[in-house]
Amino acid sequence: MSEASYPEDLKYHPEHDWARIEGGEATLGITWYAQDSLGEVVFFEGPEIGSEVTKDQPYAEVESVKAVSDVVAPVSGEVIAVNETLADAPEAINADPYETGWLVKVRLSDPLEADSLMDAAAYAASLE
Amino acid sequence: MTEPTLTETPQQADRATTIYEKSVPGRRAAQLPPLGKGVEETPIDQLIPAHLLRERPAELPETSEPEIIRHYNRLSRRNFDLDTGFYPLGSCTMKYNPRLNERVAALPGHAKLHPATDPSDAQGALQLMYLLQESLSEITGLPTVSLQPSAGSQGELAGLLLTRAYHADQGRNPTKVLTPDTAHGTNPASVTMAGYEVVKVATNEQGGVDVEDLKSKIDDDVACLMLTNPNTLGVFDENIAEMAAMVHDAGGLLYYDGANLNAIMGQSRPGDMGFDIVHMNLHKSFSQPHGGGGPGAGPIAVSERVEPFIPRPQVVRIEDEEGAFYDLDYDRPKSIGRLRGFQGNFGVFVRSLAYILSLGGDGLSEASQLAVLNANYLKKRLSEGRAGKYLPVAFDRHCMHEFVLSGAPMKKELGIKTLDLAKRLLDFGFHPPTVYFPLLVDEALMIEPVETEAKEHLDAFADAIEKILEEAENDPELAQNAPYTTPVRRLDEVGATRNPRIRQS
Repeated sequence: MSEASYPEDLKYHPEHDWARIEGGEATLGITWYAQDSLGEVVFFEGPEIGSEVTKDQPYAEVESVKAVSDVVAPVSGEVIAVNETLADAPEAINADPYETGWLVKVRLSDPLEADSLMDAAAYAASLE
Repeated sequence: MTEPTLTETPQQADRATTIYEKSVPGRRAAQLPPLGKGVEETPIDQLIPAHLLRERPAELPETSEPEIIRHYNRLSRRNFDLDTGFYPLGSCTMKYNPRLNERVAALPGHAKLHPATDPSDAQGALQLMYLLQESLSEITGLPTVSLQPSAGSQGELAGLLLTRAYHADQGRNPTKVLTPDTAHGTNPASVTMAGYEVVKVATNEQGGVDVEDLKSKIDDDVACLMLTNPNTLGVFDENIAEMAAMVHDAGGLLYYDGANLNAIMGQSRPGDMGFDIVHMNLHKSFSQPHGGGGPGAGPIAVSERVEPFIPRPQVVRIEDEEGAFYDLDYDRPKSIGRLRGFQGNFGVFVRSLAYILSLGGDGLSEASQLAVLNANYLKKRLSEGRAGKYLPVAFDRHCMHEFVLSGAPMKKELGIKTLDLAKRLLDFGFHPPTVYFPLLVDEALMIEPVETEAKEHLDAFADAIEKILEEAENDPELAQNAPYTTPVRRLDEVGATRNPRIRQS
């Protein structure tokens, strides 16, 4: 998508990651700003299902034409799903970072952690 | 034959071909004369055992000599190189490669020396290597130099293996290596390859290492701090002595990435700053041609405490009543061992020593001064006009041999990215600067003009950037679709990475 957008229903981490919290689970991805800065993504290397991700720590890598970058976890938990379609079509991260371009789903180990994340307005303001 | 179209140059219409596609059965570049009188022809199977013979002839290209010459000449014209024009590729030190170096390296005594020659028959070559070791020792301010590593990357790996050997010798096994977030990508890669954990240190507002952040990360589990000074922002870190003391006090070593040595030759020395291990890129600072992965050399200089562990053999000078003798010293019990076969890429040593000797100490010192002067002049030129508006300098202060601009305002206000500007520069006859590095600068352009460029080239480059930005104010598509005049237009980098074709069909 060519226009910046930061959906209201997501929580944001300062390292340009988002989390969609639903009950005890969360879907994670990178923000519009992150994918725009990276440029066209050519490769996504995700974690194994069953592995643990830790808030503020890298859990995956995205490679663009410019660089390989760590993806930082906005929340902690156990990986219960990885977006398998990205193996053949990493461009989904550019085209639709919040829906088809999601990266992993985790079972939250500490649901209260999400309270420290930013809402859409605060995140958008942090980019100014 | 492909007809050039109105939008295509003849060179673009002429698709790249390999020498194999030029092959015509039976065509030859040379014909061997018939055997002389009285010489009998021996069938090949009587000379070579049957199991070593080919079942069918090798598929070699069959062409005439003029076709071969045209083919490679044509390929060379499709390339952009130092002999074509200004090449300000930041962090790569694309300085002129003096022709004298080539002349000396081509002398038969150098070019035809067999690598297995016994030291007693290779005294000249060993003396040359010894002289180069001594010269690099003086330039870096460290007592011992090993010429074994065959590239900067191997020099880095060697340095980390030395770090491990040094700590192991004291019964220690620290696991972490600190590198600033401005480091060359090879630093964290080498650290990981050597089995260490990378710990990143933040950059302060002046573009140097954030000393407080460094302090918080130093403990007795730190094996070494890996630094480039001046760093990739072209900034000299004045806190180096303080940082060196902090790391040494915790038992760690200091590693100097010599990528940016061209800024400080004859001005300041890594050894005096407190570094224990330095690698040098002879193709950067010492005018060996940069070759597409070709023969290289990445010598390392080390402090006294690291000396026992350097690779073996080491070229040594032994003096007795009959005079001096140069030898290969294998008697180094604590050595990390060999890094390569034979003694290294000798031709690279010849060229670099030729460069060092022809400039001399004063000349090398002046080369660094001019590299820094050229960078500061170009930085000043690019702080004026449209460049100043759309391409602000990151960490604006006096720079060393290179500086970094940010294309973020250009992207926001003109809609063209750093990549578009870089591609458009090709149409103006300039090789683009390094782009998108260092990573901490948004839309980065890293410019290193080197000492061998005259003022008129620096001015022409600044004028070209001004012109491109002016064009983009009226028509951003011009840059977005560039280049137009190069042998190939914009390459599909994304397609090449996603669907690489690594075999010729």
